[in-house]
This record gives sequence, C-alpha cells and structure tokens, in this order.
Amino acid sequence: MTEVTTHAGAASIPHDWPKSLSRVPYWAFQREDVYAAEQERIFRGPAWHFLCLEGDVAQPGDYRATFVGDAPVVVTRDAEGAIHAFENRCAHRGALICLDEKGKGKKDFACVYHAWTYNLKGDLTGVAFQKGVKGKGGMPPDFKLSDHGPRKLRVARLHGLVFGSFSQEAPELSAYLGAEIESRIARVLKGRKPVVIGRYTQALPNNWKLYVENVKDSYHASILHLFFTTFEINRLSQKGAIIVDESGGHHVSYSAIERKATGDADYSEQKLRSDSQYKLADPTMLQGFREFDDDVTLQILTVFPTFVLQQIQNAIAIRQVVPRGPQAADLNWILLGFESDGPEERLVRLKQANLVGPAGFISMEDGCVGGFVQRGVAGAPDKRAVLEMGGHDAQSSESRVTEASIRGFWKKYRALMGIGTTP
Amino acid sequence: MTNQTPDLQSLAFLLMRAQADYARCLDDDRLEEWPDFFVEDCLYKVTSAENLRDGLEAGMVFANTRAMLKDRISALREANIYERQSYRHVLGAPSILEAGPQGVRSETSFLVARIMRDGRTDVFATGRYLDVYRIVNGAPLLAQRIVACDSSRIDTLLAIPL
Repeated sequence: MTEVTTHAGAASIPHDWPKSLSRVPYWAFQREDVYAAEQERIFRGPAWHFLCLEGDVAQPGDYRATFVGDAPVVVTRDAEGAIHAFENRCAHRGALICLDEKGKGKKDFACVYHAWTYNLKGDLTGVAFQKGVKGKGGMPPDFKLSDHGPRKLRVARLHGLVFGSFSQEAPELSAYLGAEIESRIARVLKGRKPVVIGRYTQALPNNWKLYVENVKDSYHASILHLFFTTFEINRLSQKGAIIVDESGGHHVSYSAIERKATGDADYSEQKLRSDSQYKLADPTMLQGFREFDDDVTLQILTVFPTFVLQQIQNAIAIRQVVPRGPQAADLNWILLGFESDGPEERLVRLKQANLVGPAGFISMEDGCVGGFVQRGVAGAPDKRAVLEMGGHDAQSSESRVTEASIRGFWKKYRALMGIGTTP
Repeated sequence: MTNQTPDLQSLAFLLMRAQADYARCLDDDRLEEWPDFFVEDCLYKVTSAENLRDGLEAGMVFANTRAMLKDRISALREANIYERQSYRHVLGAPSILEAGPQGVRSETSFLVARIMRDGRTDVFATGRYLDVYRIVNGAPLLAQRIVACDSSRIDTLLAIPL
C-alpha cells in the first residue's frame, strides 16, 4: 500500500519572526495553521509529554485516559507490569477506543462502534465478523490484524511520573531533560510515593503558550500576586535563581528563605501594589513542615512543552496544560501528597492547596492574565511582545528579575517548529 | 431552650431561610457577612463530585476555621486581582437527611450563574451543598458545607465563594 505524506498547513506559517529571542509576534497565539503545525511538530514531534502518575496505573489492568496535545491517549499497565500508551483512536474508523477516564481490571478494549478489540499494549487482536457471516462478507483474506492499530507512544518513567512521546526522534527522557532539571524533579519526588489528594481542571480562555509563559515568568510573580509577596513566600529579593536548560525549553525557578530578612527598600521605592499591610486571621495556612533538606520554599519547574511541577511550601502539584484550539486551553491540576504523610502533614497540604488552582490565593490571577493578553492582542497579530527583562539570552540567572526562561521557551519552540527568522 | 432541635417542619423553614439569606449575601456582594453563616470551627470545602467519589480530600477551596473564611474575603478585597463579576445563586429546597443532637444534615442543589463585567452570563457551576447545620440559639449555623460541584471543570477562576 502506498501512502502519500503531506505536511498540511506547514508551508503557510508566517516567517516574520524577528531574530532576537526578546520579541514574540502575537500571531503565534492566534493562528489556526500555527496551532496545527504545533500539533504535528511539538505534540507529535520529538518532545516528551506528561501522561499520568505511575500510581494512576498501579495494577495490571489499570488504565487512564489523557491527552498529548489534541490527541487522546490511553495509558495502561499490562499483566507483566509494563506501562503502555497508545492513541485512543480505533484503527478502523477512528472512534475513541476507551470512553472512561480511568478504570481497573481491564483485559482488553473493544471499540463500541464495530467491536474492534485491542489488548493492553494497544495491539489489534480482533475484528468483529472478520471471516464474515455464513461464508459471506468479512475482511479480504489478505487483511492482517498486525497491519493495523492506533499509534503507540514511547513511554518513560521518572520518579513516579509517566511521560510519553509519539516520536522516535526524541532523545531518551533523561537526555531530553538534562541532569540539572532531572535532579530538581528528583528533589521533590525521588524515593517517595506520591498520592493524589485532589484533581480539577481549570479552563483557560487563552492559547496554551500564554499559560506556559506565565509559569516561566518569575518577573510577574511578586508584582501581580500580592498574596505571595506580602507573606514573604516569594520576594524577588529573597535568595533564589532561575535555571534554564541548554535547549531553553525547561526551567526551574526557586527561592529560599533568607534567614535574616530585612525590610526591602527596593519594593517601597517602586510603590508596587505588592507592599500593602495585609494580615491573615488564621495564619496556620502558611505554617508548613520541613519537607526538604534545604530552605527552598518555592520551586516551579517546567518541562517543555506543557508539564509543570510545583512546590510552594508544602503544596505539591502537577499541572498539565492541554491545548484546546488557538484560543483555549485546559489546565489539569493534580494535587499531591505522599504515602509517608501523617495526618498533620496531610492537613497542611489541604490548607496550602488554597494557594493554587482557580480559587488559589496565588494562582487565581494566572487563570485570568492569559485571557487578558489574548483579548488585548486581538487586533494586533503583527505586533510583538517585548521580553527584554534580564537581556536577550536564555541563560540561567541568579536574578529572578528576568524573562530568560520565557525566552528559553521560544528558543526551543522555534527549533521544533522550524520557524525561520528575519532580522 | 438554646440548642434543642426544632420539629421537622420548622426546621425545614429555618434551613430554607438560612440558605436564601446565604445566597442573597453572596449575590449582593456582602461578602464580609458570609463567614457569619458558619460556626467558628466549621468545615467549608469546594470540590467536585468526582473527588468525593474517589475519596480525594483536596479540592479548590478548603477552610476548617471561620477565620480562614474571613481570610478568603480579605484576600478577595485586598489582594487578588480579577475582573468585576457577580453570581446569581438559584437553590433547590433542602432535603433534610438527618436531624439529631449533633446537628442537621441536609443536601441542597444549586445552580450558579456568573455575570461578567461585559454582561456575559454563563452557567458557572451546578452541584450540591452537603451541609451540617448546628442550631445555635434557635438559628441554624453551618458546621459543615461541602460544595460538591457536578463538574470538575472551573472556567478561568473561582473568586467569589459558592
């Protein structure tokens, strides 16, 4: 069988992208063709995507549905204990194979449309009426089950996380992440068993990249989020740093308690809204426990394109960004505790969960601000965002008054998208 | 008598009145009065039916003291940034599940529309209030309100309480 390979939409992407990493044209957040190309080159391209937790498929026969970009994906654990991931798309006529979000004790998946059946590895094992009925009808004799099946993803596990990639060209996950990023994931997750304590989805009224930019933006944190700043969970004058990996696509922003904190002249001078005198009636929310062997109270980590691992004090969460067209995205929040938590630790996590999510004292604004940009740039596809804070490069930095990790995102994005540059 | 449970009929009336006042308080933007519907050592949670079904404790909002509810409101007023918006609560009649010395357990369905500053009005949330009321000096106060949203999806943000 001959197949025609086309790259629909690829040719039409505009190439008027300035050479500097410090400018981003707004059409990148608006165009359907750009969105389609992202699906092909990033989400089905040589990148790794968070699928689920190992604990979501703890036992043989467990499965969980997720997304890699637009593509629906099923993650399973087979009888031998191996984890598999395959596209949730019947090889026959394309219907969803699995209609549930999750389940247990599954032996195989049968498409409801025509009962084409798949095992837990995603192999096609049966076609209803393959031999016809009473010698009539049925598939032609040369039809082979093994020629058909949904696309399978490569699967890699890391400290209880399951990542997947549609691409054979993606480097191994550890090489994709690099040692520094991997060690920062290990810092939060290694050697303990994460337990999901809550989930929800926040529907964002903006392009997925606007949310990713926001997560990588250490410049805004103490300005937009008063709650954060006033209680000194995060001030840019705290000791901390930005780590940007070599590819640019992954980052870590962290800050640590400055044991002898003093009043901050810099903040007062800027007359930032961040400097009000707001006090909590019940300060127990912020009274955490010592969980790590360092004084880091905040570590936000991203893996290109859409994975976030968050530690804000004892509030640990995974955020998975799922694009939903050029102007919308879903943000799936998975709030974590650990198997080793006692009741008091768990209560702290429940209280500190108030910091994040759509009702989060800190995160509330992040759900809106992407929409403010999306609406703000509606008439300005050819105008460009300015990302010059901290210079023009995408390097690690001891200062968090920088947009280096956002520029890093665009560096990796442009590399994968093959977007040409003009001066 | 102070803490005696009234008969079922007057109880139903008391609860309906308390719920109506609660909804009106939020919808009228008298948020500072909202914690007064709760006892001091209350439990208030906003979560999803799915989290409850799966036995997951954490949700979008968690408070186990009335002071935490006050902090929610002062954060909304003083700290958090969001576009002007309001809710319209439409409540079902409370189903009284249990009435005893520990309190009154009830369940009430709700539908909340959100009205944004540009006039856009959407069904923002539907679900059930899973309540435990304590009758204090003849008045029902919430010892527990679990807001069980039918959907796990929240559009953009959940600023004003449900």
